[in-house]
Amino acid sequence: MSRAGGSARVQVEGVHKSFDLDGRSTPALLDVSLEIHAGELLCLLGPSGCGKSTLLNIVAGFLPPTRGRVLVGGAPVTGPGPERGVVFQEYVLFPWLTVAQNVEFGPRLMGKPAAGCREITARYLEMVGLTAHASKFPAQLSGGMKQRVAIARALANDPAIVLMDEPFGALDAQTREVMQEELSRIQRVEHKTIVFVTHSIREAVYLADRVVVMTSAPGRIKEIFTIKLPEPRDRFAPEFTQYEREITRLVKEEVMKVHE
Amino acid sequence: MSTVADLVQWGLRGASPRSGRALALRLGAVLAFLALWSLASGLVVLLKLFNPIFLAGPWLVLGKLLQLGLNGELWGHVAATLGRVAVGVTTGALLALALGLLAGQLRPVRNLVEPIVEVLRPIPPLAMLPLFIVWVGIGETSKIAFITYATFFPVFLTTVHAVQRVDPLLLRAARSLGARRGRLFLRVVLPAALPEILTGIRLGVALGFFVIVISEFIGAEQGLGYLINDGRNFFLVPQMLGAAIVLGLLGYAGNALVMLLGRRWLRWERPSAS
Repeated sequence: MSRAGGSARVQVEGVHKSFDLDGRSTPALLDVSLEIHAGELLCLLGPSGCGKSTLLNIVAGFLPPTRGRVLVGGAPVTGPGPERGVVFQEYVLFPWLTVAQNVEFGPRLMGKPAAGCREITARYLEMVGLTAHASKFPAQLSGGMKQRVAIARALANDPAIVLMDEPFGALDAQTREVMQEELSRIQRVEHKTIVFVTHSIREAVYLADRVVVMTSAPGRIKEIFTIKLPEPRDRFAPEFTQYEREITRLVKEEVMKVHE
Repeated sequence: MSTVADLVQWGLRGASPRSGRALALRLGAVLAFLALWSLASGLVVLLKLFNPIFLAGPWLVLGKLLQLGLNGELWGHVAATLGRVAVGVTTGALLALALGLLAGQLRPVRNLVEPIVEVLRPIPPLAMLPLFIVWVGIGETSKIAFITYATFFPVFLTTVHAVQRVDPLLLRAARSLGARRGRLFLRVVLPAALPEILTGIRLGVALGFFVIVISEFIGAEQGLGYLINDGRNFFLVPQMLGAAIVLGLLGYAGNALVMLLGRRWLRWERPSAS
């Protein structure tokens, strides 16, 4: 298996972003600088409206920064591209393609030979446990299954980094925990650079190598936690709870600020 | 679906279990309509309300249709009408698709084409028929050109709308997987827009049958419209009604054909049936 995409370092350099709201320029991100190591799973955490999704969309190339720049593997981001895979909260599968065809979408675009595509698809469908559902259409899948397909689709394209925008946000609590465990297991195999946006502290502590806590509007980096817990993580370990408590206190400050 | 009887039942009813009752209702409605029609025409004869020639009963119409069918006359007319609709609708739909896809995708093309379409669209196509005759003559070409013109609008408008309405998240997802320009269009925009485009084509087919009749009133020697007009000249009410019914059936079949094609292409919308 070639690993052409490997995993790359991401440098966010002095990124500002402001939106025009009713003719007034409103800042969403203020001077965000951040380095994400190759192969690291980094969680962007903060209350809604803190600009964490905006930052992700800038790294994905969906939005241009007002100032500053983003480098992925040393190359500046100018638009969306296959070296940056994206997993959306709303799954965004191609509804007219079967599960297997969705996963194959990227490799086929790359012009990989059919046999290679099939091999890649089979491998990633197995990784997310959907081999038996390969010929179903998205409309026949549950939310959790759809998100598995979306993750397989992103990974099958062998990107250098994967961007996940609250991917488990629309799932019920039980499915959500199962998906976190799956992602953690997959990451131990794939070692991708993953930027994971969430507002769930538990999710961040469970998944992340580092958690970036952001301030609320405008978004800035408030603090970065390195989670030094062995994998697979135990949600009931005292150290886990300790991280949760510390981060909760920080996030609460930000939520309070919004309500003042 | 274990027994032959079940299979036959399934074949008659179609896949959905509730359609058995629906079919009975539909058949019942048609029969009730025929019964009312018979009753009305029968009463006209019995009570001597007016000359019964004005309201021929369904059996007379059916008899006329059978007679025309058996002596072969009907098929020439059906073929003429169907041929014109098929060629006209296909040409109109293809033109509309080509221009609509371009206009939906590229803003300059949209800005160029849309104002013209917006000016022409509110004009009832029938108002343009005499112009077509003046421009292209009274023959086959003007009839086909006229259907082409009428079909163009619904297909063009739905196509432009469908392309513009494609979920931007789908485009983002595809771009992040490496799709650009041509392939983004072919692999994402086109399939995402297809359901709405097919609705536009169904509208186009319906409009095609709508306008063909009137263009066959003028300067045609064949076609169901001609048959109706001929019936009017010679006071053959059963022939007029018969031709109208055949037109209705053809329009129904045309719609069903597009739906059938659509169901094949849009299997993903309701995949549980497959």
